[in-house]
Amino acid sequence: MTSMSPRQTIASASGEASSLLLSCESLTKTYAVTVLDRVAFELRRGEIHGIVGANGAGKSTFCKIIAGLTGATSGSMRLCGAPYRPSSKRDAESAGVQIVQQELNQIATLTVAENLLLGRFPHRWGWIDRGEMKRRARIALDRFGLGEMPLDTPAHRLGVGQQQMIEIATALDRDCRVLILDEPTAALTHRETQQLFAWLRKFREQGVGMIYISHRLDEIMTLTDRVTVFRDGSVVTSQPTSQLSTDAMVGWMTGDDTASDAEDFVSYAGSRVRLRVDELSRSDVLQRISFDVRAGERVGIAGLIGAGRTELLRAIFGADVADSGHIVLDDDPRPHRFTSPAEAVAAGLAMVTEDRQRSGLLLSQSILVNTTLASMSEFRSSGGRIDRYRERETASRYRSDLDIRSTGVDQSCATLSGGNQQKVVLAKWLLRDARVFLFDEPTRGVDVAATRPIYRLFDQLARAEKALVIVSSDLEELLRTCDRILVLSAGRLTGEFQRASWSRESILKASFAGFTNP
Amino acid sequence: MMPSKNTILDRLANHGAVVQYAGMVGVLVMLIAIFSGLSEHFFRPQTIPLILNQIPDLIVIAVGMTLVLIIGGIDLSVGSLLALGSAVIGVLMVDHGWSFVPASIMCLVTAAACGLASGFVSVGAKIPSFIVTLGMLEIARGIAYWLTDSEQKYIGSSVESLSQPLPIIGLSSAFLIALAVVISVQWALTRTVFGRYCIAIGTNAEAVRMSGINTVPYSIIVFTLSGLLCGLAAIMRTTLLPSTDPETGGGIELAAIAACVIGGTSLMGGRGNVVNTFFGVLIISVLQTGLAQIGAAEGTKRMITGAVIIIAVLLDAARARWMVRTPKN
Repeated sequence: MTSMSPRQTIASASGEASSLLLSCESLTKTYAVTVLDRVAFELRRGEIHGIVGANGAGKSTFCKIIAGLTGATSGSMRLCGAPYRPSSKRDAESAGVQIVQQELNQIATLTVAENLLLGRFPHRWGWIDRGEMKRRARIALDRFGLGEMPLDTPAHRLGVGQQQMIEIATALDRDCRVLILDEPTAALTHRETQQLFAWLRKFREQGVGMIYISHRLDEIMTLTDRVTVFRDGSVVTSQPTSQLSTDAMVGWMTGDDTASDAEDFVSYAGSRVRLRVDELSRSDVLQRISFDVRAGERVGIAGLIGAGRTELLRAIFGADVADSGHIVLDDDPRPHRFTSPAEAVAAGLAMVTEDRQRSGLLLSQSILVNTTLASMSEFRSSGGRIDRYRERETASRYRSDLDIRSTGVDQSCATLSGGNQQKVVLAKWLLRDARVFLFDEPTRGVDVAATRPIYRLFDQLARAEKALVIVSSDLEELLRTCDRILVLSAGRLTGEFQRASWSRESILKASFAGFTNP
Repeated sequence: MMPSKNTILDRLANHGAVVQYAGMVGVLVMLIAIFSGLSEHFFRPQTIPLILNQIPDLIVIAVGMTLVLIIGGIDLSVGSLLALGSAVIGVLMVDHGWSFVPASIMCLVTAAACGLASGFVSVGAKIPSFIVTLGMLEIARGIAYWLTDSEQKYIGSSVESLSQPLPIIGLSSAFLIALAVVISVQWALTRTVFGRYCIAIGTNAEAVRMSGINTVPYSIIVFTLSGLLCGLAAIMRTTLLPSTDPETGGGIELAAIAACVIGGTSLMGGRGNVVNTFFGVLIISVLQTGLAQIGAAEGTKRMITGAVIIIAVLLDAARARWMVRTPKN
């Protein structure tokens, strides 16, 4: 009753005999090096086609070619049997090929409704019909189960997850024969992910062909009909999902089948309390949060988006100032309520932020500059001069210790992969000799092969008696890496689970608790 | 001492100092060659010191501007601070009988205080420096008019020595001071914690804050330094003329910004080089003088100067793209 575009798709689908929607032949893309090498690919109507592969395997380039964002060097594509060669994103969109990219494309100062209908504003002689715009935006959001989303809020006021949902809603609202989703759930909570899946399945019934890129292999397993694995710019296999397992997929991606690692969690939690959070509150986002983290302990914070997890870390770290409550550190009996990150860092705290590029790294600067940024006072010699020899030596040591894949410490962080960027951020805090580490979505935008080194780093930090607080929307990540999981829901702590006794169900239930009984 | 020799060579290669400055020096040499070809009067031993002794004020202002641009700000008030500093010297010396040194100190203090005020308001209240220094541009110019009753004041040859050519080298003390400022600020920028923080703040102030560094004092210091250097420029210009004029320095902010931009300083912050700014000033000055000597009309001069600025930025953008692309291979 609401979605028009898929029906049009069905109408045109019934006219053709073949179920083949999109086919690619020998697609090749060469920059300085070949990033895509003679890729053949087929997408059928009503198929959710998963694409997996490590970062740099060519998945994104492949999708960009289909979506008209870049052209292929050679090879050809057919859409519904007709030659297809989009010259721009707009061109692809008018042919019914929509893409939702990993990076957010929201315009921060525009409202939700404006972003939703950007480029398609209902207007009379150039004047935007705001009533009509909001009506259409509301329909698009309702359809996607986002009825409560405020239409007049500027996009920058929303969380990353909500922005992502709007972006997906925008793509689904357009005429859509082929939908490409690049890591759509990276910022979504479990509930939002389930909603998204329900909608994708509905669109599948209506004949839309979907290309679904994800590092979350469990999602690929549950959602997709077929999986194509990319490695080093080539397709290494394409199989029905039912014939694959996550281990097999990782095997294809890495080129060996020994990828699965068993449950080998070792706890390093000591008895000494390293960080005590006591009744921390901030306006209506955090309500009297109390918990302890012991030396060597890894404490996960689970919860839905909007539960206040990032806000909790920021309040502990002094990036936002708490209204009441305090924190206590083990070597200092005085209670603290930090009013700036500078105070928190001086007291031995470190925060690895969710958005590396915006608040974690000096992206255009070198590994060296980023590594030593928080510890410059260590390299200060007479007259404020930097001891450059020692600085370089130290940065090089951390680079090799953390195995930051690069040409050297002078390489710009902008040219590093997500995983290596995260390691640079970690190097900064390790060098600062922080004792309490606050991680906000530590593996967001990091490819599957690079998450393990980060988990190993958690291990090493714990063994070195650091206290770790890890916020993640990926529950599997917390289950795998933490001693204990706390659940935050609507600004309150609604559950605490020990490794020995936790279950996904109980954690999930606690995640909703704060929203249901206030 | 072979090892130390090696280190110096290594350092040159490592830090790309040669490559870094080669482009600017190349453009400069090219300009001089062109004008020498067009006008036989141009490349004479006298011409070069003549040009250099005219520009120490612009050099030190452009140095301050480079720092402000590096932290992601802009200082539009430099021309007015130059006039205000100059007015302070004129009024104190001519109307109140002060001697040159205390009057100069007052000039430095006044200009630095204005820079401090701009920095304090801009950083403290998080108002874009474009707006705050635009306000300061009017305020300082207003004070300059008010102090001098909108009149020029002739100070006399007693203060000229700073800007007179020294024997043998033919360069003025003012120019040598400007050169020393260039070198020491470049040194501070690349070798000190302060310089590192300035570049870091300009690259991503939020990331610096989240790394536990209080960015506020550094930003304020930079604006204060820019003011202080305007005061120094005021002393240089006053001794060159040797008089004060409340209308002096109008438009010098644009020349300073142009010099920075030609030297590859990013208006977005995080990237800049004081030595290249110095070359930027030289390029502008050689261009101006050369065009004047071959008898170019004012209109032609300005059109060519404008074109050179745009070409310099285009080249720099191309270089930046090239730099980003190469490490990936």
